[in-house]
Parts: sequence; structure tokens; C-alpha cells
Amino acid sequence: MSATRAAAPPAGRVAPDTRAGHDERGGSTLLRHLALTTAAAILLVAVSHGLEPFRTFQLATVAAYLCATAGLTVLTGLNGQLSLGHGALMATGAYTVAFCQRAFLDRSIVAGWTLAVSLLVAVLVTVVIGAVIGVAAARLRGPYLAGVTLAVAIVVPALTVTFDGVFNGEQGLSVPVEPPPAALGPYFPYERWQLWVTGAATLLALLLLGNLVRSRFGRTFRAVRDDEVAARLAGIHVARTQVLAFVVSAGAAGLGGALLAVLAQSASPGAFSLTLSLFLVMAVVIGGLGSLAGAVWGAVLLVALPDLTHTLTESLALPPAVAQRMEGNLPLALFGIALVVVMIAAPGGVQGLLSRPGRVLRVRWRTRRS
Amino acid sequence: MDRFLFLTLDGLSRGAVYAAFALSLVLIWRAARIVNFAQGAMAVAAVYVAYSVSTSTGSYWLGFLAAIAAGLLLGTVVDLAVMRFVDHRSPLNPVIVALGLVLLIQAVLGMIYGNEFRPAEPPFSRSARTVGGLAVGSPYDLFVVATVAAVVVALAWTFTRTAIGLRMRASAFAPEVSRLLGVKVGGMLTLGWALASGVGALAGMLIIPTELGLHPHAMDLVFVSAFTAAVVGGLDSPPGAVVGGLLVGLLLSYVSGYAGSDLTPLAVLALLLAVLLVRPAGLFAPVTARQV
Amino acid sequence: MSRLTRRGLAIATAITLLVTAAGCSAGSDAGPGARVPGVTDSEIVVGTHMPLTGPASAGYSKIAPATKAYFDYVNANGGVHGRKITYKIMDDGYNPANTQQVVRQLVLQDKVFAILNGLGTPTHSGVLDFLKSNRVPDLFVASGSRSWDQPEAYPGTFGFNPDYTVEGKILANHVKTELPGRKVCFLGQDDDFGRDSLAGVEKVLGSGGVAARQTYVTSNTNVAPQIGAFKAAGCQVVILATVPGFTALSIGTAARLGFRPQWVVSNVGSDHPTLAKQLGAAAPLLEGMVGANYLPMQNDTANPWTQLFTKINKEHNGNTPFDGNVVYGMAVGYLFVQVLQAAGKDLTREKVLDAVRRGGYQGPGLAPLRYSTTDHSGYGGQRLTRVTGGVQSYFGPTFETDEADGPVREYPVVPAAPPANGVPTAS
Repeated sequence: MSATRAAAPPAGRVAPDTRAGHDERGGSTLLRHLALTTAAAILLVAVSHGLEPFRTFQLATVAAYLCATAGLTVLTGLNGQLSLGHGALMATGAYTVAFCQRAFLDRSIVAGWTLAVSLLVAVLVTVVIGAVIGVAAARLRGPYLAGVTLAVAIVVPALTVTFDGVFNGEQGLSVPVEPPPAALGPYFPYERWQLWVTGAATLLALLLLGNLVRSRFGRTFRAVRDDEVAARLAGIHVARTQVLAFVVSAGAAGLGGALLAVLAQSASPGAFSLTLSLFLVMAVVIGGLGSLAGAVWGAVLLVALPDLTHTLTESLALPPAVAQRMEGNLPLALFGIALVVVMIAAPGGVQGLLSRPGRVLRVRWRTRRS
Repeated sequence: MDRFLFLTLDGLSRGAVYAAFALSLVLIWRAARIVNFAQGAMAVAAVYVAYSVSTSTGSYWLGFLAAIAAGLLLGTVVDLAVMRFVDHRSPLNPVIVALGLVLLIQAVLGMIYGNEFRPAEPPFSRSARTVGGLAVGSPYDLFVVATVAAVVVALAWTFTRTAIGLRMRASAFAPEVSRLLGVKVGGMLTLGWALASGVGALAGMLIIPTELGLHPHAMDLVFVSAFTAAVVGGLDSPPGAVVGGLLVGLLLSYVSGYAGSDLTPLAVLALLLAVLLVRPAGLFAPVTARQV
Repeated sequence: MSRLTRRGLAIATAITLLVTAAGCSAGSDAGPGARVPGVTDSEIVVGTHMPLTGPASAGYSKIAPATKAYFDYVNANGGVHGRKITYKIMDDGYNPANTQQVVRQLVLQDKVFAILNGLGTPTHSGVLDFLKSNRVPDLFVASGSRSWDQPEAYPGTFGFNPDYTVEGKILANHVKTELPGRKVCFLGQDDDFGRDSLAGVEKVLGSGGVAARQTYVTSNTNVAPQIGAFKAAGCQVVILATVPGFTALSIGTAARLGFRPQWVVSNVGSDHPTLAKQLGAAAPLLEGMVGANYLPMQNDTANPWTQLFTKINKEHNGNTPFDGNVVYGMAVGYLFVQVLQAAGKDLTREKVLDAVRRGGYQGPGLAPLRYSTTDHSGYGGQRLTRVTGGVQSYFGPTFETDEADGPVREYPVVPAAPPANGVPTAS
């Protein structure tokens, strides 16, 4: 927010992402993104009628995670700041939405718009928290930033337990959510409604992120990532840019967490553990760091993984003694191997594999050594 | 006062182990510019080897040696079979590979030993001794502190006084020049991994008997504390790792003793912020911490 | 431009993949009057969520396989009303977000008849509403929280374990009658478990009856400060509402501080084989520990239930080490089969719930099962155990009480013997 005056027209050499210069005419970019979003929305509505309820719910969960992975890929991929604490930011959004929804219910305010207000408040609160962390983060590089964000990630469960009068400890808070509006008919599947809500919020967030990435802010993000000195010479306020990236990313993560809480109808520390933070990083890197499409792959992976795990365990007929040991462990082992192999064979992630091979290694993320 | 002394000794003993573990992270960071997230899982694997050896031979010390050997071997294998092939241009790639290794190692351990706690027994009594009415810690605490001190001294001597240590430092800081001077940089790198992993295994042997017991996830929280210690001290500085480890150990002990154990993560975050906002690259960073 | 197209393509591909994954079974919504989900003439499908991996899985990961082994045994003996029971075990790693996923998968995808013995308070609380709105029977939740006993709000949810307040009252009653005048202290987990248990203890001893109270969180394995405080306060009896790992840790830590109180431990954290395994050579420290239980003792080879379960464990569970978790899992399986028998051949979800509400089940448990139309909690009492000579065994009578201010009473009913073939029959 504070960086609105920071950007100067980037010189060619600080914007090595040459394709970024293509569509300078902001209006047409916006139009194209709008068209794409509308198409995606129509597709989503169509798909939501064809899917069975469980898949619909899974797709809704993908949408919720997508907010977080998209935010993280903007921060880490485009701006070069590693965060191991995005789970904590998601938790911030989740708990905020829980507090808002409960407050509405306590005052007997029951209406369709309350959820939208709660989500908005969740984003705003997370943006504030993100700004605080971002200010600290802007001073730190590489593993030092990783260390601080890791500590942020483990603080969330501790806070919920310490102030269990407010957060209700490890059990967490329930999130009251209204049933689908009566206008949709009495037998409207609840999962479809969940997909519509999360899908709409996520598409809106993606639209905003997509435009931001293509705007001059996006270019300053990349410039700072690629070379801080050059960026500064080009008149970019490095610290402000980094804080802005953190704030944007936090807002997206907060929305993701809030949507996840709405889907789960509860906000609890176990859902936003350190493991989630690490899996988010894994997801965006495997998906393809720095591209929103990569974030989509990452989110799909986060949801598909437990499912695959289950299918795999079920498909094996093992004697009970062996099965007990393999259950749960075997799929994790295979996932671990896959992770290692993918990173060695295709460091650009899924999106890197899909894009032209020559561009696989485009991803650059530098830490500056002291 | 008695309680303060008790908490201090307890904190120092745990801090010593954090220091050793932080040291193993610093060793790899200096050699390969990688934060090895798999260090905890690798250490647990080595402790499981010790468990197998100890239960079949009945000797703690054979198990102890087996753990160190397993640690050295595991470090070598991880470097030669995995990390060597990772594209290091993005520092995130090794991190993700390390996380993949964590999943793999923990899952394999779960398959072999089951996801249950196994007993991990200290070789000496953990009952506190008192001399003249003052608690002076348990024999095991003394063993831990002495072992870590010995390791620190041995590493310092290796890196400053021996030819191989100098070669390792040279290949870490100026690989190109070292190569020209005939140093086998790759070999030195592998040696660094092996050493670090051996020290990590040692730290695992020392701390697991004081925790819940042996479990594939036994080092998860220790890793977080030790990583914090390494960052507080400065990832490039072995003395920093030792000081950071002791600091974190003492802090955790005081906070859970005086304020409540659920506040420890907050204290860790506060410590990190306090140190890093003043010195963004750790306590023991070189003065020119940032070029920009 | 090309990037934009690619992004769109990728999103479309992702969605298509999911659609394809969904297969061709879309739109098969069963209308009213259709057959009961998860039930055919030859099969009943039930599911559960358990931590099979991750830090919380220790011990617990053995429960669901034991239940499954009991079902396999029943299936080998002809099943229930000619139907075989298929038990789908889902790993949620004790993460509530995963529980959401796997329970939806069980209900919406696998179309299970019921959720059985879902484990954990934070994990299971999150799916109560979902199960209610889908009218899925939610039977015998594996946790002693009082949340499961809300017949009005959650008509389909029933607990299994004695709730933690009942347990706290029974433990405190022992302290009050057998160890009068001692200084009593309390260490509890920092959640419902510890809080409800403390509430029960204070109902019996009075709020002034507990000299020092401490809590721990599972993410910090250093309990030396808490135990040190007990020692400083001069505690003679320490009541623990702890999970097994922290029971062992507390007892081990106390020994190294030279602090030897009388330990009185909650059922959850007092399984002797689990503790002894973790303490290893320090296992003799458990000598004299008082615990509580309500199921047959795994080492009581004279008990016909233990004999039955040992046999099933050998034949259908790969002869996994036989401990309290295995007994627990099989006891859950036995109760479920009893309920299925009582619900009759023409199985529906409503009939199963009615069968549970009718109550009156006599199984391996020592204490009464309290199910009725107004009570959805599980076992209503416990019997105390003591470790003597490295063997944990029962002593004294079984006690029962309620979670309110009712007295702690003896429960004189002798447990029933198992049926000859180990499979309950319809009565």
C-alpha cells in the first residue's frame, strides 16, 4: 500500500522477464483477464452441475488452497521472499471469519451478505498482520527470513492454546454458515453452493492478482527479486516493494484460510500447522514457481494427495501384519521419492514441464549472500 | 534461587544439544549453501540404527558408535545420490528435495519400526545430583555437555589446524580457485555432508533419551529449535551456532519454568525478531551484513 | 499472451482432470425410498478416521486395524444377518482439515452406512454438523469429550469412552478415600481432556483440594518445569490427565528430579505395556501407579474376553503386540456387531440409531454403557488398576458416576461372558 509512489518505469535490464513488456496497454490486459475469469466462472458453474458432491467439495477445497498458493507464488516466485509461515496467515483469515460469523449470529443477523463481509474483514485483518511481518521480513534475506517465518508458523498453535478463552485451544471455533439461499430451491446441493462461494471469491482474487502481476507493480516485484541494487538504481524503493508483496500475498493467504474455514465450518490450529506451511511451499514449487498456473497445479496437488494416498493403500492387498505398517507410510514414501525425482528431473515444476522446454529453467530466485 | 539454578542447568543441557544440532546445519550451509531440512529425519534414522544395534548386542556404546557411523554414511549417500543432482540455481530446489527426503525417511522408518514410541535410554543416570545443597545437574547432563564441548573443540581444531579442514573451508568459500589449486571440491563437499550428518546423529543420540522416546517424528521440534539457534547465531558462524543453541535452550527453559510451556513458541519468535532486527544475519555475522 | 493462454489451458486441464477423476457416476443421487447407503444384501460398508501417520499416531494407529480384525473374524463366521462388514480406515493424521476431506470422501464418495469410532476431539468436532445434515450415524466416537452427548443437537452421534469428568471423579474418589490427608496436585493436557478431568477431580475434592495445577502442551516435550513445581509444592499425590507419551515423560522426569509421589493416572494415559515400552529400562518406575480402565486387561489371560481377542488378534491381525489399544479396537467392533444384530435384518440408518438408543448392551466392558434416548455418552464408569511386580491388574470394585454432582457409586454387575463363538447374536 505504501509503495504506490515507489515505482518508476523499469529499465530494460531490471526487467529480464521480457514477455512482461508485451501488453502494456493496461485496459486490454484487464479486459482479457476479465474475459478469462468469466469463462472460468461459466466453466465452474457448468462443472458444478456435472460433478458428484464429493468431487464438488474437493474442487471447492482446491479453490480455497489456490488463494494461498497464488499468494505465495507471487511472494516467493515473483518477489524472491521465502515464507514458511503462510499457514499462520491462513489461520489468521480462518479465525477472523470465525469471529465475524459468530458475531453476526450472536446479534441474530442472518443474511446472505454476512459471509461476504466476514471474508472481506478476514482479508483486511490478514493484510494488517502481513504488513507487520512484511516490515520485519524486508530486512531479512534467504534462510534468515525462512527462520522468522518458520517461527511465525509455530506460534499459531501456541497462541490458540495460550488464549484458549478466545480461540478455544486445540479444538478451535466453529464457523456458522448459512445454507444456500432459498431462491436456489429447497434441494440445492450444499456442496455446489460451497463451490460457488469459494470459486467466486477465488476467481476474484486471481483476477486482481493477475492484473497486479502484469502491472508495473508486478515488474517492480521481479526487478527487486532479480537484482536489488539495479532495482534501487532504477528508482525502485526496495523495502516498500517487498512489504507490498508481502501484504498482497498475506491478503490472498488470509482469503484462502477464511474460505477453508467456511468449507470446514471450523477454524482450528491443527488445520494450519507447520506441515501445511511446508506443504504450501512444496505445492508452489512443484506446480511451477512464479506463475499463477503453477499455483493452480499446486492447489490441485494439495487436495489430490490424500485422495491418491487412500486409493493407493486400498488397491494393495497385503497381509494384515504388513498392511498395518504400510498403511499411511507407503504413500508418503512414494510421495517423498516423487518429490525428489521431480525436483531433480524438472526443477521448473509441472508448469515448467508444460511450457516450452527452453523456458524450464527460467525460474530464478536469488538469495543474496552476505 | 534453587529453581533458577535448576532451570539454568536444565536449559544449558538442552541448549548444548541444540548447539550441536545447529552446528550440523551450519556445517552444511557453509559447505553447500543449503539449509538441510532433512537433518532431523536423518538423525532419527541414525538413532534407529543405534536402537537396533543396542537391542541386539545389549551395549549402549556399540549403538552409539553405530549411530555416528550411520550418520556419516547417510550424509555421504544423501550428497552423492541426491543433492549432487539438484539444480542449485534456485535455492528453493534443495529445500524441497530435503523436505521430500524427510517424508521418505520418516515413512521408511515407520514401515520398518512402526509409528510407535521405542524406548531410548540414557547411558547415565538422569537424576539430579546435589553438592552441598545445590543442584549440579545429573551425570547424563554432564555427559551431554562434555560430549558437545568435545565435538565443538574437535571441529574447531579440524577446520583451523588441519590440511583437510583448510581444504574444506577453501572449497566452500572459493570453489573455483580451490579447484585450480588442485583441491577436489566435490569430495570436500561430500566430506562436509558426512561430517554434518554425523554431528546431527550425535545430537539425536543425546537428545532423544530426554524426550518422549524414539519415533519417526522425534526430531521435528528439535529441528525447529536448532534451526532457530543457527539463525540467531548466524548461519555462517560455528561459534554462533553454539551460542545460539545455548541461548535458545536457556530461553525455552526459563519461559516454560516461569511463564508456562505453551508460551515457548512466542518466546522463540520474540528472540528471533529481537536478534534479527538488530543484526539481520545473526549475532555472529560479519560486519558487512548487507551489501545494499 | 501465450502465458495467458497457457494459464487458461492449465486451469481448464485441472478442472477436466477432476471431472474425469469423478468418472461417470455423476448425478446418481439416491432419492427417498432408494436403498440404504452402504448396505447391500451381502455387505455393510462403514468407515472411520484415525491418525495412522504423524506424531499423534503412536498407539492409536493400532485401534482401527484391531476393529477391522474383529469384523474379519465375524465375516469368517458368516457375518451379520448374512452381510459381511467392510471397514474403510482413513488416515487423517490428526489434522482437522484432513478429517473434513476423508469423512466427506467416506460419506459422499464411498457411501458408507455409518462412521464408526472416529478418533479425536478436535478432529471429530469439525464433522459433527456434516454428519448430521447427511443423516449419517456417527457411532462410538473415540474420545472422552462431552461434545458427543448432545441428543438434541446431534441425534445421530454417540460416544464410547467414559467422559473425562466421570473419570476425574472416580480417580479423585480413590484419592479421597484411600489416600486421605495427602497433598494432591494435578497435571493435565491443555484442552478439554485436561479441563474436564480437573473439573471432575474438583467436584470430589473441592476446589481447595488440589494444591497445585499445571498444564502441558503436546508440542513441548520438556515437562521438567511443571514437575519441578510439584516437587517444590511438596505434592504427595499427582493426578495425571495425560496421553501415554506424557505420562511416561512425567514419571521419568520426576524420577530424575528425585520426586516420587503416588501417581494416579487417567485411563487414556495409563496403559502399562505402552508406558513400559516407552520407559524401557526405567519401567520399574511404574510400580505402584494407579490407573483406571473399563475394558478387560490385556494381560489377564484367565479372562474369556482376553482369550477371545488374543485368538482373533493371532488369526486376523497379524499377531500384532497385544495391548490395550487392540482390546479397545475389538471392543468397539463387538459393540457395533451387537447393535447391528439388534437393528434387525432389514437394516436402515434409523433402525441402527434406534437400536443404540434402546441400550442395554453387555459386552467386554466392566462399567455400564449408558445409551438411552436422553444419554448419548458411552461407558459410565471405570475400575481402578495398580501396577504390582510389573503387572497391571484391577483392584477394588467398579465405580460409576455421572458428569454432574452425583455420587461415585459401586457398580456391582459382573460382566457377561462372551458368546461361545465370539459373535453376539440377536436377542
